[in-house]
Amino acid sequence: MAGKTLYDKLWDTHEVRREEDGTCLLYIDRHLVHEVTSPQAFEGLRIAGRKAWRSSSVVAVPDHNTPTNHWDRDIEDPISKTQVDTLDANIKEFGSLIYFPFKHKNQGIIHVIAPENGAILPGMTVVCGDSHTATHGAFAALAHGIGTSEVEHVLATQTLIQKKSKAMLVKVDGKLGLGVTAKDVALAIIGKIGTAGGTGYCIEFAGSVFRDLSMEGRMTVCNLAIEAGARAGIIGVDDKTIAYLKGRPNVPAGAAWDTAVGYWNTLHSDADAQFDKVVELNAADIEPQVTWGTSPEQVLAVGGRVPNPANEADATKRTGIENALKYMGLQADMAITDIKIDKVFIGSCTNSRIEDLRAASVVAKGKKIASNITLAIVVPGSGIVKRQAEEEGLDKIFIDAGFEWREPGCSMCLAMNADRLSPGERCASTSNRNFEGRQGPGGRTHLVSPAMAAAAAIAGHFVDVRIDTAATAEA
Amino acid sequence: MKAFTKINGLAAPLDRANVDTDAIIPKQFLKSIKRSGFGPYLFDEWRYLDHGEPGMDCTNRPKNPDFILNKPRYQGAQVLLARENFGCGSSREHAPWAIEDFGFSVMIAPSFADIFFSNSYKNGILPIVASAEIVDRLFKECEATEGYKLNVDLETQTVTTPSGFSFGFDITPHRKHCLLNGLDEIGLTLMHADDIKAFETKHKAVQPWLFA
Repeated sequence: MAGKTLYDKLWDTHEVRREEDGTCLLYIDRHLVHEVTSPQAFEGLRIAGRKAWRSSSVVAVPDHNTPTNHWDRDIEDPISKTQVDTLDANIKEFGSLIYFPFKHKNQGIIHVIAPENGAILPGMTVVCGDSHTATHGAFAALAHGIGTSEVEHVLATQTLIQKKSKAMLVKVDGKLGLGVTAKDVALAIIGKIGTAGGTGYCIEFAGSVFRDLSMEGRMTVCNLAIEAGARAGIIGVDDKTIAYLKGRPNVPAGAAWDTAVGYWNTLHSDADAQFDKVVELNAADIEPQVTWGTSPEQVLAVGGRVPNPANEADATKRTGIENALKYMGLQADMAITDIKIDKVFIGSCTNSRIEDLRAASVVAKGKKIASNITLAIVVPGSGIVKRQAEEEGLDKIFIDAGFEWREPGCSMCLAMNADRLSPGERCASTSNRNFEGRQGPGGRTHLVSPAMAAAAAIAGHFVDVRIDTAATAEA
Repeated sequence: MKAFTKINGLAAPLDRANVDTDAIIPKQFLKSIKRSGFGPYLFDEWRYLDHGEPGMDCTNRPKNPDFILNKPRYQGAQVLLARENFGCGSSREHAPWAIEDFGFSVMIAPSFADIFFSNSYKNGILPIVASAEIVDRLFKECEATEGYKLNVDLETQTVTTPSGFSFGFDITPHRKHCLLNGLDEIGLTLMHADDIKAFETKHKAVQPWLFA
């Protein structure tokens, strides 16, 4: 009999019951909650007279609607404020393990605050009414996004009705070049398999590239699994996972730590595990990536040229390219490096951790943003990230270069607060989605790594950060 | 949840691949703390020529005459024909809430994004996966025939076109049962509360740190 995949191990240890048709009740260890997808779920509980099954599984924070500047003015949009106040009231009524209200010193993006507060442990099942819950697969946790009806279901029953997905292995071996980051690896994978390539699968990322990445980098990769269509992306436990967890709050200590580590070290796929699909990439082939269209799969290496629809044989794809070029205001065959930008956003649950800010600051240090850039903002993922960055002097580097240094939150990733693009504006963004209108109606988003975003801010258009990085390294 | 058994409903073709949930319901409408009232804002940025905000009365907003759902012949549509990877992106359940509130109860596409697919079932909407060839055929027939209605029967798991062409579709027995009877899944799951408690006790013994 073949060995087990990591996905098998995580699934098997959480299956409460299984129906004949394969529909299972899956036990949920950790429930992350934010203000946008939870109010209707709490309201549902209230109407049915139900309690939360295990409120100590809940970690909650408002992040989507919260402003990233002028905190003294509170939340100015009354509808946003109602949503945040509603979360306050719901947590007060139903309870939680961790709750950081708006303006709390540790407040931030749910997918940043949960790991940094030790609330994500290997072997857990983790859900959130948010598709980027996939982030937590970096800790060998089975983590994925759910809808609001499922949020209510998990609150009421501590379980989720699920059928097991298929298992895909994405293997990337070799060494990444200087200036090529976790974000570029993830975008290159999406470019290869497409935004529906992972639909119906749980993706396990394996190979030397992922072993070499920090936990922050692994979170970036798993975060983007959903952009490849996979609900969950996972990476097996190794020494880096253990080292990241040690000493954090909510992580076991003493004898329990030793027992836990013993168990966690079994959380990787067996050598003879079988996958339903295997995709391989070579690290040496991956270059800094820039999306040109309105889907994350519409991505190219920075040295590339915008595609020409005339070269596409498939009619639906050809129309897709034409629509994207029209929306994005780009010409077929133009060089990516000729695309000028108006705004720069460094932040989001994909790229707002300390390592991301360090990478961007290396590029920005001692430089000034280009005159055509009307706004460049850096939005740390949490209060903890923000304070650490300030201790390292990164805030000063960004401010000196002309960036605005903001308070934590989701911000311009989805523009539910005041941070957004105006119609026609073009943004180099470290976020996760370049859909039409994502960063504001009519806004044009190009997804890049933090280093590439900083380099674009300095140049005023996309440039190959490797050239910039090499120059910095020589200096 | 309302039950779904069968319909004979007007079909409307949305000829775009990778339609994401940001397009289905833009983010400004996610600020609502209610489950209802999203229908007027379905596909807001494609459907209207002005910028929509929550609470806006949409009756007098300028409509985009080129958008398919604004065409007179598709008014009252109940079946949405879509292309690959429909509903990708954000997990927002506001997307199926808007689709249902607008009046659709069936969607047919070659593929759906996972989270959107399961969110749809929770709201009395039947998402049907059909082969690219069949979907292509439905698009062509629908565009060519005014008043093109599809007969969708969940009990027999079949879709029948006006010309009599018929195809079957898959659905898990669990989902079919819930949809046919409009069942509250939480109530069903809580019938297994003892199993959940027993599992919890066992789980806690093996990984006590999860319950700290």
